[in-house]
Amino acid sequence: MSLLELSGIEKSFGAVSVLHGVDFSADAGEVVGLVGDNGAGKSTLMKIITGIYTADAGAITLGGEPLMHLSPGERRAMGIEMIYQDLALARQQDVASNIFLGREPVRSILGVPFVDRARMKAQAQQMIDRLGANLPAINRNVGSFSGGQQQTVAIARALTFDPKVVIMDEPTAALAVREVQGVLDLIRQLKEQGITTVLISHRLNDVLSVTDRIVVLRHGQAAANLVTAKTDMAEVVSAIVGGAGMPDAAAHEARG
Amino acid sequence: MSSTKVQQKGLWSRLQAGSIEQLHVRLESLIVLLALCALMSVLSPFFLSVSNFMNILLATSTIGVLAIAATFVIGAGGLDLSLGSVMGLSGVVGAYVGVTMGLPAPVAVLACIAAGALAGFVNGTIITRAFVPAFIVTLGMLGIARGIALVISDGRVIYGLPSAMVYIGQGRPFGIPMPVIIFVVTAFVMHCLLAYTRFGRHTLAIGDSENAARSAGISVDWQRRLLYTLSGALAGLAGLLFAARINAGDPTAGLTYELTAITAAIIGGTNLFGGRGSILGTMVGALIMGVLQNGLNLLAVQSYYQQMAIGAVLILAVFIDQYQVRKETRV
Repeated sequence: MSLLELSGIEKSFGAVSVLHGVDFSADAGEVVGLVGDNGAGKSTLMKIITGIYTADAGAITLGGEPLMHLSPGERRAMGIEMIYQDLALARQQDVASNIFLGREPVRSILGVPFVDRARMKAQAQQMIDRLGANLPAINRNVGSFSGGQQQTVAIARALTFDPKVVIMDEPTAALAVREVQGVLDLIRQLKEQGITTVLISHRLNDVLSVTDRIVVLRHGQAAANLVTAKTDMAEVVSAIVGGAGMPDAAAHEARG
Repeated sequence: MSSTKVQQKGLWSRLQAGSIEQLHVRLESLIVLLALCALMSVLSPFFLSVSNFMNILLATSTIGVLAIAATFVIGAGGLDLSLGSVMGLSGVVGAYVGVTMGLPAPVAVLACIAAGALAGFVNGTIITRAFVPAFIVTLGMLGIARGIALVISDGRVIYGLPSAMVYIGQGRPFGIPMPVIIFVVTAFVMHCLLAYTRFGRHTLAIGDSENAARSAGISVDWQRRLLYTLSGALAGLAGLLFAARINAGDPTAGLTYELTAITAAIIGGTNLFGGRGSILGTMVGALIMGVLQNGLNLLAVQSYYQQMAIGAVLILAVFIDQYQVRKETRV
C-alpha cells in the first residue's frame, strides 16, 4: 500500500470534464513526475489532493486514512504541502507571515492567544538558512523580492512543518539555470529524508533526471506509468502526445 | 541587483520602516497630522486649548469607530458602504426600544449593537453565499438600512432616551467625555485584534491574496462573514454613541459618514485593495479628519466646503498610496 493513493478521481467544471477516473499513487520517499500537455488535468488533480478543489467522485488516502472529507487546512496538518505555480504568496506580508500563514504559533497573554512574532521570525530565519537561500531581509514584504526569492519563500513554507508529501507545480518554470539546479538538489534532499515529492513540469530533462517514476496524464486519464530508469525521452513524449507527431516532438525535446 | 539597493537605504526610508514596524503608523500620516495641527494653531487662536482638543476627540469618536470598521473590511479586500446608514438605523432601533417600547437602558444599548451586527451579518452572508460583490451588497444595504430607520421612526426623531443611555453620550468621568473613553478602549482592543491575533493576520492575508489564504487552509468565507458582522456591530456602537450624545434616535444620523470613515482609514495607511492596514494608523487618519473639520469650523468655513475638502482628501490619499505601492512592489 502506497503512502498517497488516489483512485477513480473524476472532476468536471460545468460541462467541461477534466478528469475521468484517474488512479495515482506515490510511496514514501518516492519522487513522482506528473507530465502531460496543457489542459491534461495535472494541476486540477493536485489541487484535488490539497483540497482546493473537491472531486466529483473517487477516493484519496494518505497512509491509509481517507482524506476526501477534510478541509485544505486539515490536509496540510496531515502533512500534504503544495508549492503552487503562482506561488500563492501574500505579497504585502513579510517572510515569516507567509511561511506561517494559517499556522501561526500563539502564546497566551491574560488568556488571550496572541501571535508569537518572535518565534515566527526565529523559525523562519532558521528555515531560510537551512535552505541556504539568499534573501535580502526577512522582515521585508515578499512582493519586493525577485521571482527566485519568492520561490524560496514558497518552498520554505512547504517544508517548515515536516511534510510527508510535497507537490511542486512547475517549480522551475520561472527560474534561472542555477536556481533550477537548486530546486532539483532540494528534491533529492527531500528524498533522502523520506519525503514524497510529486513534480509537475514541462521540462522533461528535469523530470527524467530527478524522478523515480513518471505518470503521464492525457485527456484527463493516466495514459502511462513509467519507471524513470527504464524509460527515455522518446517514450515519455510519445505518451504525452499520444503517438501522432511523436518523432518531431521527441527530436525537439532531445535537442532542448 | 535589488539586494544591494536594499542595504543602502537612507535615513528617510529607515524612519519610514521604523515607524511602521514599531508604531504601526505610516510616518507620512503622522507628519500630516502634526503639520495640520501647527497650521491650525497659527491660523486660529482658539485651536490650541484643552477644551478644543476634547471637542476634536469627541467629534472624532463616532467617525473613529466607523473608521475602525472600515479598516477591518477594507484590509480584507472588501468594502462597507453601509456604515453610515447602519449607524443611523442602530440609533433609531436603540431609541425605539428604549423610548417607544420603554424597555430598560441595557436592553436598548444591546439592541443598538445587535441591530448593527445583524445588518453586517446579512451583508457578509449575501457577499459570501450569493457571490454578489461587496460594493453592490453594501450599497444596497446603504439604502435598505436608511429606509428601515425611516420606517421604524416614521421619519421623525425619537427624543428622550433613558438617562443611563444618555450618560454613555454625555457623561464625563474625570472630565473626559464618555464617547472618547469608549472610542479609545475600542481602538485599543481592535488594534490588538488586528495586529497581534491570528484573526487579524488572516484578515490582512485574505485582503492581500485570497488565493494564498485559501491554500493556507484559512476558511475565507467564514472569516469574511465575521468581518462584515464585526463592521456592522461597530457601526451599531457608533450609532449608540451618536444617539446618546444628542439624546435622540435620528433616522438621518450618519448620512455620508462612510465617506469620512473610509477616508480616515485610507489616510491612515489602509490599502484600498486590501492586505495592509492598522488601527493606530486609522486613528491618526481619523484625527486628521477631526482636526481638519474642527479647523474649518474655527475658521468659520461653510460646511458645504467641508464636504468638498473631505472628498478631495480621499482622492489625494488614494493617489499617494497607489503611487507608493507602485514604487515598492514588483508586479
